[in-house]
Amino acid sequence: MKNHIFPAIRLTLILLVIVSVIYPLLVAGIGRLAPGEGKGETVSVNGKVVGYALVGQKFTEDRYFNSRPSAVEYNAAGSAGSNKGPSNPDYLKVVQARIDTFLVHNPGVQKADIPTELVTASGSGLDPDLSPVAAKIQIARIARIRGLSADQLDKLVDDYTKGPLLGLFGPSTVNVLKLNVALDQLK
Amino acid sequence: MSSQLIGIALIFGVAIALAIPIGRYLSRVYKGDPSLLDFLAPLERLIYRICRINPGEPMNWRTYLGTMLAINGVWLIWGFVMLLIQADVPLWNQLNIPSMEWTLALNTAISFLTSTNLQHYSGETGATYFSQMAVFTFLQFVSAGTSLATGVALVRGLQAQSGTNLGNFYNDLLKSCTRVLLTLSIVIGIMLILSDVPMTFNPYESIVTLQGDSVTVARGPVAALLPIKHLGSNGGGFFGPNTAHPMENPGFFTFVVNLLGVLLLPMAFVVFIGYFLNRRKFATILFAVMTGCFLALAIPIMMQEMGGNVAINAMGIDQTAGSMEGKEVRFGTLNSAFYCGVNIVIPAGTLVSLHDSYTPLSGLFMLVGMQLDAFYGGLGTGFMYMFIYIVIAIFIGSLMIGRTPELLGKKVGIREMQIASSVIVAQPLLYLGATAVAAGIYTQTPDAANTLKWLSNTGYHGFTTMLYEYVSSAAGNGSGFEALADNTPFWNLSTAVVMLLGRFIPIIGPVVIGGLLLEKQFIPQSSGTLPTESYTFGFFLVAVIFIIGALCFFPALAIGPIADYLTQ
Repeated sequence: MKNHIFPAIRLTLILLVIVSVIYPLLVAGIGRLAPGEGKGETVSVNGKVVGYALVGQKFTEDRYFNSRPSAVEYNAAGSAGSNKGPSNPDYLKVVQARIDTFLVHNPGVQKADIPTELVTASGSGLDPDLSPVAAKIQIARIARIRGLSADQLDKLVDDYTKGPLLGLFGPSTVNVLKLNVALDQLK
Repeated sequence: MSSQLIGIALIFGVAIALAIPIGRYLSRVYKGDPSLLDFLAPLERLIYRICRINPGEPMNWRTYLGTMLAINGVWLIWGFVMLLIQADVPLWNQLNIPSMEWTLALNTAISFLTSTNLQHYSGETGATYFSQMAVFTFLQFVSAGTSLATGVALVRGLQAQSGTNLGNFYNDLLKSCTRVLLTLSIVIGIMLILSDVPMTFNPYESIVTLQGDSVTVARGPVAALLPIKHLGSNGGGFFGPNTAHPMENPGFFTFVVNLLGVLLLPMAFVVFIGYFLNRRKFATILFAVMTGCFLALAIPIMMQEMGGNVAINAMGIDQTAGSMEGKEVRFGTLNSAFYCGVNIVIPAGTLVSLHDSYTPLSGLFMLVGMQLDAFYGGLGTGFMYMFIYIVIAIFIGSLMIGRTPELLGKKVGIREMQIASSVIVAQPLLYLGATAVAAGIYTQTPDAANTLKWLSNTGYHGFTTMLYEYVSSAAGNGSGFEALADNTPFWNLSTAVVMLLGRFIPIIGPVVIGGLLLEKQFIPQSSGTLPTESYTFGFFLVAVIFIIGALCFFPALAIGPIADYLTQ
């Protein structure tokens, strides 16, 4: 065993230099060419950064398209999901309360039409997206508060809907932050 | 939904199509034949000269395992010490993150050393950038290198000619790192970074959101850690919620890249066996068995999740999108469930959705997939588990028809059977024993819910939570039912022991058997041989795997996920 230790230590040091220093710096160097220069793409309003495109944020006010519930209230430095088991009674009470709240804030919406994602928390707690259905079900409320036409908002959601990759892979999504930034600019 | 299914089928097809040339390439690398990356040879020679290692020195199984264990010991000490003092390391540390408490540091070092990546800390708040690179990324590379090297050594033991040389561990390790893992990591890293995965050493940034809330956004050198996390069947994410985090997995393109990263090398390893031993039919049958069993576990999970949560259905909302608790909109339920299936049978254990919130029967298939651990399985180690099942199947099958047990022309003797049986018994003993202890402590502690605070989901689901933690530790998977409050000395130390034994017993056992088989004389196949290279044997193998699995596991499943399902 003893004569295995010294070669092991030397090889460890060399591998450390390769995979923990050279390799990350190489990837970081290539990252300078990426859209966000490897720092993450930001979204700005009037030159002020209001968020990261990838990181969902809390939208609970009625005048915005609301984002999904989050187990950590969209704490982007402490992401997590609820980890609630499907049969957990406390959890089911929370879901029921979210349904009731949604119906109060969105009169006219039928309970059977509420998409499940609007009353369940995401895995990361930072889900930046909604499905087009979940965005459109909020249109009537926003149109009323902002005095905009429903058609106008319908078109806005369509414009910000990203279809499946190559038309085949994955679901359609709407980035809530970008959608709400555009919503603020509608007249 | 049907277009989503076509998408999944296509991704799976691409994985197989890529695995074949890579498997062939692996065979050239480990045979020492000329191959694509030979321009790295001068660099490797330089490394050997500095380390004073002779890469051509033949090793028998004792030396091979001895060198493997020695260097793993060095890595364990490195990881443990660095995590203990991470707050005081002046490099890549601008986050004011404290050092780890010793049981957490030990657990974390062991979990990365064993390729398990259980992660009782949360990435954003528990690890400095230095630890993420110099401990986690480093250990992910070298533990994957160890898995691959020892897997290759086992395959060398199955060659027809007799001898004692299983190869040179240092040479296998270094080549695994440079010519396989590092090269593929750079390729995948570039794909990720061009898709907006961050790669920065800047600290977290504070912003005011559109609605007026102040938030701090965590980021970091993510794109360098992700490729090896997937390629090496490791699974330890940069952020707490793993690959569900939008900065680890911004969109569906990265979802596909990450998924392929997990599938690629374990699949390619089976192809490698076929080319290396020149036994294509053997490898084809193995591949068919593994694929069939994988689909048999993944498809029910997908169906369960699309069916949604029964209790939420009863509330009368629209659950056509499936059970969305713990899942992300950009992946959707079906793709998330498929990803879960892949990461259950391959112990990368990365998550794009949280397994704790899956419906009860999905939990059953997850536990079975993790526990059997051989349907592709981990890089290198998956074949080791499968090899043990094969040895046992050959023994049982041969006895049933009254023939001498032979595997690929070598007689399987008493010692081989003793080792194989010990390995197969050790695993369930570890995780069932540990679960029994934990459940015992929990039930014997007065007012456990408030004093121990382990479980936030109680009842049958709570039992499943503890069982899952230990099965995941023993199998090197590292995913968890995360509602378990696992950063306590009891959980840190008990899972550390389970991980260490669950990693090294199934590596040492098969490599020893490989070494013993290699020493034996080759016997040409005759009418007295049980033909292992046949589909009949493939079916028989599946039966043996599930009988062994069901026998030792069914009682635990009955009081866990099955009871949870029946009472929901």
